[in-house]
Amino acid sequence: MKVVAKRPESLYYKKFHYCPGCTHGIIHRIIAECIDEMELREKTIGVCPVGCGVLAYEYFNCDMLEAAHGRAPAIATGIKRMLQDNFVFTYQGDGDLASIGMAEIVHASARGENITVIFINNTIYGMTGGQMAPTTLIGQVTTTSPYGRRPELTGYPIRMAELLATNEGSAYICRTSVHNPAHVLKTKKAIKKAIQTQMEKKGFSMVEILSTCPTNWGMNPIEALERVEREMIPYFPLGEFKVKE
Amino acid sequence: MAKGRVRFYSDRCKACELCIKFCPKGALGLDKKNINALGYHPATVVDPERCTGCGTCALMCPDLVIEVERE
Amino acid sequence: MEKVLMKGNEALAEGALRAGCKAYFGYPITPSSEIAEYMARKLPDSDGVFLQAESEIAAINMVYGAASTGARVMTASSGPGISLKQEGISYIAEAELPCLIINISRGGPGLGGIQPAQSDYFQATRGGGHGDYHVMVLAPASVQEMMDFAIEGFELADKYRIPVMIMAEGTLGQMMEPIILREPVTKFYDKPWATTGCKGRKPNVITTLHLPPEELEQRNKHLKNKYDEIKSKEKRAEAFMVEDAELVLVAFGLMSRVAKKAVIEARKNGIKAGLIRPITLWPFPDQHIIEAAETAKIFVSLEINMGQMVEDIKLALNGRAKADFYGRIGVIPNPEEITKVVFGIAEREGL
Repeated sequence: MKVVAKRPESLYYKKFHYCPGCTHGIIHRIIAECIDEMELREKTIGVCPVGCGVLAYEYFNCDMLEAAHGRAPAIATGIKRMLQDNFVFTYQGDGDLASIGMAEIVHASARGENITVIFINNTIYGMTGGQMAPTTLIGQVTTTSPYGRRPELTGYPIRMAELLATNEGSAYICRTSVHNPAHVLKTKKAIKKAIQTQMEKKGFSMVEILSTCPTNWGMNPIEALERVEREMIPYFPLGEFKVKE
Repeated sequence: MAKGRVRFYSDRCKACELCIKFCPKGALGLDKKNINALGYHPATVVDPERCTGCGTCALMCPDLVIEVERE
Repeated sequence: MEKVLMKGNEALAEGALRAGCKAYFGYPITPSSEIAEYMARKLPDSDGVFLQAESEIAAINMVYGAASTGARVMTASSGPGISLKQEGISYIAEAELPCLIINISRGGPGLGGIQPAQSDYFQATRGGGHGDYHVMVLAPASVQEMMDFAIEGFELADKYRIPVMIMAEGTLGQMMEPIILREPVTKFYDKPWATTGCKGRKPNVITTLHLPPEELEQRNKHLKNKYDEIKSKEKRAEAFMVEDAELVLVAFGLMSRVAKKAVIEARKNGIKAGLIRPITLWPFPDQHIIEAAETAKIFVSLEINMGQMVEDIKLALNGRAKADFYGRIGVIPNPEEITKVVFGIAEREGL
């Protein structure tokens, strides 16, 4: 018998604090698998966000830092500028990256900062209890849009992948999803490509991953995956938005 | 004879049922007789003979519960 | 030793380079920008990194990242920019990342003006951002000290794993004086805590999150112990003619040079005046104040603000002697003005 699936070395065997069915766990695992397969664990420095991923440094078995809300790309910039041959990634949610950290992410991309950003878009603030995010869909009910998001009051959800793809400094920008096994595999491929982009010093790379928040969406984990396909993908189309050769 | 073998580290399982939903052979289910320390009926193999060792369950598991082997 | 004529901001930047500074992250603001410009010209020569950030917030977080790799790194700004940096400074203080932060200060509040001021004293000495922390604050009074304190600042930062701030009035950044160029630093501290990739060791983690209450309290106690150690070892001040002084002026930075002239003038007129110049603003050199209070009846805090350091003088005195204050903002008063103030107070107090 050969082992088909087991815990990657780049993750500790500590239990995740995430809610049942939350796809953070899947994404953590595939990032770690990529790091293992590319033999980068000892060269990796990860930067965690503020949000549900805040404790990711307790799970990744490599050097890790915890950032202030939204500032991970600036911290990653500081690290990468000093250690140009290491692999530096940030792990950020939609509130962290697309709201409070908008300036940091746009400029990291514009500079062509040679870092990799894993962007978890689940259209809601998870950690603080389900408030409206910059990616919250029109009509979506959250604790701060209790009657559904209304564009006349709060505008429209931001498409980060498309936005960053317009920056010359962006070398690889992709949006994927983890709502079924085929897309988990595609996401893993995209993460690998993003890492490759960085290791080849091509510039800024980001994989935006459509993710779930069953708890704050008020759904069971399977319904949540179905919502990704039904409601999120039509507004946040999947695919590669920038591939610099 | 089963071509694959799955091993569940049940103490980590949060019963999200993603593995059950995506198992192409319907070999998995919740263990209604047991409750783990997290308070869930953990996922388990209900029909080991059906397992082909495809690894889909582990691929969709958010909590590193499952190890898979294949012939 | 080589003696050259240099501008304060450039002397500070050159001092940082001589201390082995490997990266500068900043955002332009008057009257600090010459530091950035000097670094932009010179850092590439030593394979260093100069990066103009999109904001002060980004700049201080780049400092956080670069300092976490163990390199000597810095940023510089002025009041409004330092306010923006406070979020990052709080994180850096908690994460115990050594770095150098420069405040070439101007008058506030708000946009204020670009004239010299010392009105960021509270912000600098009380921590400045959220949480229980301090940064070490050095206040140079000459262009020579701009260079010397940049070197010393990096040493202190590494020694105590603490952000060190140099606070100088805009005038000091802009003016030129002859200075002696210091020798480059060649010995550096080991930083086994740095996040550089975990090859050959267990992974390092740099975080400021401590959710369990016992852990959070432990961290705060750890920081307090460190601050207590710094307080016991690093308080510094220059004392001038205080041995028998009945009236003691207290002034830092450029203001201390004006005060010194007033002391000399007062002595000529039979007033037993003296001067204490705090060099470390945090930790505040309270022992110097207490010792001077053996002969002094009154202390006069001279500040380029509306009265901030005077509170630290009162805390140090704890009722031992009177404390008064005289301040301007946006201008550095000339020696005649301060002499007049000293004469007035001496007359009022019967000295």
